[in-house]
Amino acid sequence: MASSPIRAGQSAPTIPAHWRDFVALTKPRVMTLVVFTGLCGLLAAPGHIHPILGFTAILCIALGAGAAATLNQWYEADIDGKMKRTANRPIPAGRMDRQSALHFGVGLSFFSVLLMGVATNWLAAAVLTVSILFYVFVYTIWLKPRTAQNIVIGGAAGAFPPVIGWAAVTGDISALPIALFMLIFFWTPPHFWSLALFVKTDYAAAGIPMLPVVSGEVATRRQIWFYTAIMGVSAMAPVVLQLTGPIYGAVALVGTAFFVVFAFQVLRHRESDPVRMGPEKRLFKYSVFYLFLLFGAVVVDRWMFI
Amino acid sequence: MTPDENRQIRSRQKSRAIVTGLLLGALVILFYAITIAKIGGGH
Repeated sequence: MASSPIRAGQSAPTIPAHWRDFVALTKPRVMTLVVFTGLCGLLAAPGHIHPILGFTAILCIALGAGAAATLNQWYEADIDGKMKRTANRPIPAGRMDRQSALHFGVGLSFFSVLLMGVATNWLAAAVLTVSILFYVFVYTIWLKPRTAQNIVIGGAAGAFPPVIGWAAVTGDISALPIALFMLIFFWTPPHFWSLALFVKTDYAAAGIPMLPVVSGEVATRRQIWFYTAIMGVSAMAPVVLQLTGPIYGAVALVGTAFFVVFAFQVLRHRESDPVRMGPEKRLFKYSVFYLFLLFGAVVVDRWMFI
Repeated sequence: MTPDENRQIRSRQKSRAIVTGLLLGALVILFYAITIAKIGGGH
């Protein structure tokens, strides 16, 4: 029973889903970066928050991200079933019915927002609400199936965690969390498009208008380079605006220089075979490390110099 | 429904009930801790 794939409109599995499948819906691996950037926003914020309340704020960010991921999979079950990378997710693999995922996602959304409001403040809860709604309605439902620029605007959803973490401590939103938001916002296109270059065939099979599918690889490589340049400016903005000190400045300068070099290698590379896309894979892996590095540096810097 | 399916359903229900119970217990502890933190911190 659990092994037969289902599609929309087909009967739901009669055997209840395993609790591990509910955990899988929340995409725990993707959550790592969200939790880390949220934690950095919280730790970099001026002021004090009780460790229990700080823990609860991060828990709410994680649960909110899990809720958004769940609702994304509820909506995209048909698409997920067409891609090798996602075909084994709980709904397309037939291990869970769609309605269970919907109820779980909506319930988790409400719970995370209410808990955030009760434990910290309602500004943090409001930003968390916006991030969930943005990911589900603006990215998943509206932009993703319609435009190749989907992840540019949609990437904003992933940029909210440091703002939420900051707001949980201070109850306001100032220049640094906005700068961190912009950094993730402009980091997202090179991060995702470098991935999309070497998993292009999957997106094509599902009919998702990812940039390499719609505009071709050369255009994608140019766009990666373009957004890397803007991301570099965003990365240095906190230094120029004197929101951070020399540690972040040095780390951002060196880290961004490597990013630019790797993005330039992707720009110059002419290879269509995913197996031989070394520079693209390197840029994708480095982009994850880069974000961890810069956000870690923000925290160290703020603790030592501000 | 075959006996095998019936057994699998019971097994799933049992494991979900255990996880739900553990989560509820964790939430009780969390809400208690939040309350203490709020009272102690003067929030």
